[in-house]
Amino acid sequence: MTAPASSPSRRAADFLDRAGMLVVLVVLFAACSLGVENFLSWRNLQGLALAVSMTGMVASTMLFCLAAGDFDLSVGAVVAGAGVLAAVVMNRTGSIGAGIAAALAFGTAVGLVNGWVVARLQINALIATLATMQIVRGLAYIVSDGKAVGIAHEAFFALGNSAFLGIPTPVWITLACFALGGLVLNRTVFGRDTLAVGGNPEAAHLAGISVARVKLLIFTAQGAMAAFAGVVLASRMTSGQPGTSLGFELEVISACVLGGVSLTGGVGSMAYVVAGVLIMGIVQNAMNLKNIEPFWQYVARGGILLGAVLFDRWKRGR
Amino acid sequence: MTSALAFRGVSMEFPGVKALDDVSFGVRAGSIHALMGENGAGKSTLLKILSGAQRATAGTVELAGRPADFAGTAGALAAGIAVIYQELHLVPGMSVAENLFLGHLPQRAGFVRRDELRAAARRQLERIGESIDPDTRVGRLPLAQRQMVEIAKALTRGARIIAFDEPTSSLSDREVQRLFAIIRELRDQGRAILYVSHRMDEIFALCDTITILRDGRHVTTAALADLDRAAVIRHMVGRTLADIYNYAPRPPRGPGLEVRALAGPGLAEPVSFAAAAGEILGCFGLVGAGRSELLRLIFGATPRTAGTVAVAGKELDIASPRDAIAAGVVLCPEDRKKEGIVPVRSVLENLNLSARRRRARAGFISEGWEHRNAAERIAQLRVRTPSPAQQIRHLSGGNQQKVVLGRWLAEPVAVLLCDEPTRGIDIGAKSEIYAILQDLARGGVCVVVVSSELPEVLGISDRIAVMREGRLVAVVPRAEATEESLLRLALPVSAAVAG
Repeated sequence: MTAPASSPSRRAADFLDRAGMLVVLVVLFAACSLGVENFLSWRNLQGLALAVSMTGMVASTMLFCLAAGDFDLSVGAVVAGAGVLAAVVMNRTGSIGAGIAAALAFGTAVGLVNGWVVARLQINALIATLATMQIVRGLAYIVSDGKAVGIAHEAFFALGNSAFLGIPTPVWITLACFALGGLVLNRTVFGRDTLAVGGNPEAAHLAGISVARVKLLIFTAQGAMAAFAGVVLASRMTSGQPGTSLGFELEVISACVLGGVSLTGGVGSMAYVVAGVLIMGIVQNAMNLKNIEPFWQYVARGGILLGAVLFDRWKRGR
Repeated sequence: MTSALAFRGVSMEFPGVKALDDVSFGVRAGSIHALMGENGAGKSTLLKILSGAQRATAGTVELAGRPADFAGTAGALAAGIAVIYQELHLVPGMSVAENLFLGHLPQRAGFVRRDELRAAARRQLERIGESIDPDTRVGRLPLAQRQMVEIAKALTRGARIIAFDEPTSSLSDREVQRLFAIIRELRDQGRAILYVSHRMDEIFALCDTITILRDGRHVTTAALADLDRAAVIRHMVGRTLADIYNYAPRPPRGPGLEVRALAGPGLAEPVSFAAAAGEILGCFGLVGAGRSELLRLIFGATPRTAGTVAVAGKELDIASPRDAIAAGVVLCPEDRKKEGIVPVRSVLENLNLSARRRRARAGFISEGWEHRNAAERIAQLRVRTPSPAQQIRHLSGGNQQKVVLGRWLAEPVAVLLCDEPTRGIDIGAKSEIYAILQDLARGGVCVVVVSSELPEVLGISDRIAVMREGRLVAVVPRAEATEESLLRLALPVSAAVAG
C-alpha cells in the first residue's frame, strides 16, 4: 500500500485546512507590501485600519448571529438610523450624552424586535430582518427629512477622529470588540450555547439550553452594536446621514463568511473573522492605491467571496 | 457462473481510517444477497462505492464479469445500479410522476409532455402493483408508499442491480410484507438484490445468501441455509447473544418517578404509573402508541395539559427541559441526529452540552473541568474517537449514542428517560449501552426505556409498561412477560382479535 498521508502535498493541504484564511491573509499582505507602492506606509495602514473598523465592530456580533444559525440584514439601516437619531437628539437637547444614549436605545430596541420576531414568533431571520431593515431605513429618512443632519458639537467629533498612540480611536474600539467577542464566544456558557443552538437547535433545547433566550440576546446585542457603529460613523462624518451604509450588512456577512463562519450555523471563530475583515479591507485598499475604478471593486469583492466559499467547499470535500 | 455484481479487492481509506480493507465477494443475478455487519463495519461505504458516490482507493467493481469504471452516480445509474437509501432521495414538492422520471422527463423542445409522463408513470407503478395517483405530491404520501415510488424509480431506470439500505426501519409489519413480495418479484425477474439490514428475522425470511463484514474486512459469504442466527452474530461480533443484556436483579430503593394523570398531545387518556429508584422500567408499544410523547411530556419538552410528576416523593413543577434537568430528570431522545447531537461540534462539547452550566463561574466555562469530564466519559463509555476534539458527526451511530448518554453522567441524575437508545446501532455498542443502563440502575437511578424491540425490552427491564394508541394498557413484571403477551397487549384491539 502506498501511504498518501505522508506525502508533501497532503501535508501542505492539511496545513491549509487548519490555517486556512490566516495563510491567505499573510500571503495577501506580503504580496501587497511588495507589489503595491505606498501600501506599507504608516499613513496607509492607518487608513486601512480605519476603513475596516466599522465592518469589524459589527462583524464581532454578526459572528454570533451566524453561529446561531441566523443572520441580520438590518445592521446597515441601523447604522444610518442611529447616526441620524444621535445628530437630531444632540442638536435638540444640546447634550452629547443624550444623543448617544438615544441612538443606543434605538438600536437595542430594533435588535429586541428582531430577536422577538425570530426567536419567539419563529419567523425566518431573512424575512424578519429584511422587514426591519426597510422600516428602519425609512424612519431614518423621515426623522432627518431626507437630508444629512449636521452636528453642532465639536467635542463629539473626538470619538471618531482622535487617536491614541498613533492609532485612531475607532480602531481601538474595534480591537476591543474583537477581544470581547472572542472571549465571550470561547470562554462563556453563552458563547458555547450559541454554537450549540446553531449546530442543532432541537438538541440544544433538549439539553436544557434556552434557545429563544440565546437568540434574543444575540439580536439585541447586534442591534446595540450596529447603533454604536452608527454613532462612531456620525462622529467621523460630523453629521447623521440617512442614506449611508447601503449594502453594509452584506459587507459584514461577506467578511464573516470569508472568515469561515458557516451560514448554516454552529461553526465560527473570532480569529478567522478578523482575517476575513482584513482580507476584504486589504483588497479594497490595494485597489484604491492602484487607482482601479470603484465599479471594479464590487466585482472584485464578489469574486473574492465566491472564491472563499469554493475554497471552503474544496477543503471539506477532500 | 459469473456474478451480476462483484467486488474485487475493494479498499477505501480515509485519513486515519481504513473503512474497507480488501473486500471481495459476488452477487448472483436472481438472488437476494444480505449484507450484514456492525455499524462501522463498512456497509455504508460499500454502498456508496456501488452507487458511484465515492471511489474506492483500491480494487474494482465488476458488472457481469467486466470491470465497471463509472464516474459518479449518473454513471452508476446508467450502468443499471440503483441504491435505495433509508433516507429516500425524492423531491417532496414534486409529483410522483415527476419523481419517477426525474432527470429524464419526456419532453419535446424542452417542454414536458405531461400526458405521456402521466401514462408512463402509471405503467411503472402498475408493474409493482401500486395504484398511487401519479399526480400526487410525494410529500403527501406515507413513508411506505414513498419507498414504493423509489423502487418504481429504480425500475424506470432499468436497474439490474438494486441495493436496499435498511428499507424496513420505519414500516409496519404489513408494509414490510408488501415490500418483501416486491423484492422477491424483482429477484424472480433475474435482478440482483443486495439487502442491508440489522434485522435478523428479515434476513432469514428474505435472503438466500449472506456476506458479513467486520471492521472493514470480509468475514464470510455463505448460503443462509448453512448458517443459524448464533453463527451470524458470532461472525459479526465474535460473541454470543445471551450475555449482551447484562441483566442482574436489583433491589428497588424507594420511590423514583411517579406520574399521575399526565395528559397532553399524543396521549388519548391521562397516564399514571410509578417506577422505583434503581428499577429499569421498559416501555413497549407499536410506533405511534404515544411512548415518545409520554417521555417528552415528563421531560417538559412538550407542554402538558394536566397531571403531575414527582421524583423521589417530591412533586415537581416542570415547564421546560431546563427545569427537568435541574430536578434530575433527563432524556436521551429518539432521533439521535435530529434531537441528540450537535453534529458540527466536537465530542468534548457534545459531552459538556448540559453539565458545563453547573460548573460555570459567573458565566465563564471551566475548561479544565470540561476536559477532565470529557476524558472520563470517553474512557467510562469506551467511546471510540480519535480525540475529544473530533466532530461528533464523524463517529459511528453507537458512539454518538454513548456521547448522548454520557452527557448526563456528570449530572446528578435521578430519572433517566431513554427513547430507543439502541436504534440503528450495532450489537457490540448495544451491549455496552445495556451495561451502562444496568450500572446506573444499580447506583439508584430510575431508568425508563422506550423500545420497539421485544427481545431488548424483555432482556433489560424489571417491569414492562405497554402502550397502545395513546393509552397505558398494562405494566407487566419481568417474570410474567413474554414476546406473545406483550405483543397481544400492544396490538390494536381489532387486529388482536383477527390475529
